[in-house]
Amino acid sequence: MSSAAKTETARRPHLLRAIFSHRAVWPLLALALILVVDGLISPGFFRIRIVEGRLFGNLIDILYRAMPTAVVALGMAVVIGTKGIDLSVGSIIAIVGAVISWRIHADDPHLAILFFALAVGVLCGLWNGFLVAVLDIQPIIATLILMTSGRGVGLLINLIYGGTNPSFTSPLLQGLSVGHVGLVPTRLVVGAAIFAALWLLIRRTALGLFLEAVGGNAAAARLTGVNARAVIFSAYLISGLCAAWAGVVLAADTHTSDPVSIGLYIELDAILAVVIGGGSLSGGRIYLGMTVLGALVIQALTTSILTSGLPPEYNLVVKAFVVIVVLLMQSNNLRTALYGLLPRRAR
Amino acid sequence: MLGVSKAFPGVRALEGVDFSVEPGEVHALMGENGAGKSTLIKVMTGAMAADAGEIRLDGHAVAIGSPSGARALGISAVYQEVNLVPTMSVTKNLTLGRQPKRFGLVSWSGARALARQRLKKLDVEIDVERPLGSYPVAIQQLVAIARALDDDTRVLVLDEPTASLDANETQLLFRIMRDLKARGIAMVFITHFIDQVYQIADRISVLRNGRLVGSAATPDLPPLKLVSTMLGRDYAGLHERRVTTSAAGTGAPVLSAVGLGRRRIMAPFDLELRAGEVVGLAGLLGSGRTEVAKLVFGALRADSGRLTVGGVDVTRGSPLRSIRLGMAFGPEDRKAEGLLLELSVRENIVMALQSKRGWLRRISREKQQELAERMIEALAIATSDAGRPVGQLSGGNQQKVVLARSLVSEPSILILDEPTRGIDVGAHADVVELIRELCGRGMALLVASSELDELVAFSDRVAVLRDRRMTGEIVGDAISRDSIIQTIAGAQS
Repeated sequence: MSSAAKTETARRPHLLRAIFSHRAVWPLLALALILVVDGLISPGFFRIRIVEGRLFGNLIDILYRAMPTAVVALGMAVVIGTKGIDLSVGSIIAIVGAVISWRIHADDPHLAILFFALAVGVLCGLWNGFLVAVLDIQPIIATLILMTSGRGVGLLINLIYGGTNPSFTSPLLQGLSVGHVGLVPTRLVVGAAIFAALWLLIRRTALGLFLEAVGGNAAAARLTGVNARAVIFSAYLISGLCAAWAGVVLAADTHTSDPVSIGLYIELDAILAVVIGGGSLSGGRIYLGMTVLGALVIQALTTSILTSGLPPEYNLVVKAFVVIVVLLMQSNNLRTALYGLLPRRAR
Repeated sequence: MLGVSKAFPGVRALEGVDFSVEPGEVHALMGENGAGKSTLIKVMTGAMAADAGEIRLDGHAVAIGSPSGARALGISAVYQEVNLVPTMSVTKNLTLGRQPKRFGLVSWSGARALARQRLKKLDVEIDVERPLGSYPVAIQQLVAIARALDDDTRVLVLDEPTASLDANETQLLFRIMRDLKARGIAMVFITHFIDQVYQIADRISVLRNGRLVGSAATPDLPPLKLVSTMLGRDYAGLHERRVTTSAAGTGAPVLSAVGLGRRRIMAPFDLELRAGEVVGLAGLLGSGRTEVAKLVFGALRADSGRLTVGGVDVTRGSPLRSIRLGMAFGPEDRKAEGLLLELSVRENIVMALQSKRGWLRRISREKQQELAERMIEALAIATSDAGRPVGQLSGGNQQKVVLARSLVSEPSILILDEPTRGIDVGAHADVVELIRELCGRGMALLVASSELDELVAFSDRVAVLRDRRMTGEIVGDAISRDSIIQTIAGAQS
């Protein structure tokens, strides 16, 4: 073998390594794989049409349905970055839905109701922040309190004006949820705006550094002058606000306040999205873009199971399987083992 | 114990140590961190096997295979971290693993009686049904001793039992130790508190770097000799020191602490820092060096006294407040308290400066890079680039990152706790040189260090700590290894 050829084979594994060590690779591969399988099963899966002046198609549908989870997951990513967790997001969604329906029945202006909905998110975030930052309760327990009580609070709010699962109509809120701006669904536009705002907040101020510092080593962060308490408060506040927005979208979509089932298990999907996106539950790093990617993987999977003709009962089991595969691929031990194989194969 | 040796990969923890303890004797085992005390205790109590040497009990060689083997031979230990379960009742703690059984089930009434009987031997009468954690530390310590004491206990090892006790509680413990002594139990007592050794010990042995460097009856080993044996300094050394600049220590104090202290942590002390001077904090391990540094920086909240920085009262301050007032702190334990190991060198370096500016005024990426590169060059930090996670750097370079972080905010008061811990000789000299230079530029420095040579080399004043009390101050040309050792050892010698 000539020396040139030798260096060539020697270099290739390095390139492979570089590609495969980028954190976006595995979630992207998973997403691509799911979509390719979809394309094989149902031809025309990727077709995007314009119907009644808006975009239609499976890809748009995935984005559309993933958006509430993705927004919740963004807030979750911030909280997880501080070594915390927010289990109460589903319950915040339930309370927000109940408050919206209640105030619509009380004939409040709908813009004010939108404001109330976000205020609920702020209050819930402050409550969680208080429990974690001031009372020093472990995040999983602290947010469990609101997780269990929140849906009950939603049911009690429904009782204020009578009835279970009262329905409502609101052109403003429904416009934000199921309407469209030009060709594009409104919720995608708003979702993108939330992502951009959060990205600016985290990466263009020092908040992101402080959040990661507190998550990485709270004692060291405090000694370098980080106000850990305020930083933790801000994380739960962001998560509360994100959940409140998801609540507006989901409640307006279903036209009803149904605290028992709205946003059920969304906290689990959100946590999963963060983890698929490479976030570690031991804190210290926040990946916003990757988290959205994680949410898309989860939704793509759900959508493809539904469109593939498999009974929907398969959904959860298949989801669990794909999640395990993605997480295995991200495991350092497995990766090291795989890298060990790469150069040997090249030789 | 004869000729006991133990090696760990890369370290010889014990080398041919002879150690003995007699019935009815309290034998103090002294030594600085890493001297080999813990290893010796672990060999003695069967938690570790020695590589060489033999252990004799009553003149017969014995093989201690395990902690339970040691117990069977009558050797028990009470460790520094009380290894009991605070949420369980005193009864359960005392009888765990050997509950009296009845018909194959635990007899709780029997267990309670047993617990009371065990405590009675120590003259302790408490409600044995309450959770252990609801009692003060001193009582918990006594329960731990009660657990360690069987009827046939011959040797009791007490590893820093007084570390978290106050003066009265310590006296209570000593009273019980004297009782045990009268019953003929041999005790090995490990502590960092020099005064306590002279109150209770009959004999003292000193370990240093895994070797036994001194062993004598207490009256034959006065404090001065004890301290110099522990630190391994020649008694009559003369050492080079920096010529004190004439300007040092003449201005108004930039920081002053009056009667600052915190119960159980540090007795009230006075301290003043002036621009352009280095104040050293000397003392043995556990004497309160770190505590003084943290109290002054606001990382520990004082419960007595007053602290002012630049005329501002910061007695109820915080690290953030101190940083805003132009202070910086380099903590001793860089892994636990110093660095954000997963974050990059760049992020670690700008951290304190960013806190000072607040979260809204973010330092731009370019500026961060520039600051980081400047510090990397100035302190010769060996890293491939500023974006590397700081956890991947060597210990010495990590220490330099801690320094860099403190310096980048251009503080007027710099507090360093063990700035040369774990760094190589070359880097060590760099740091000492840097401290001198900073001081020359008008910075006020407070440097806690266990290295006497280092303190002698850069200090204008040295505050000496002993047993969590500030016991003396040495100024200017009077600073030498000898004078520091003498002050640490106490005035009585």
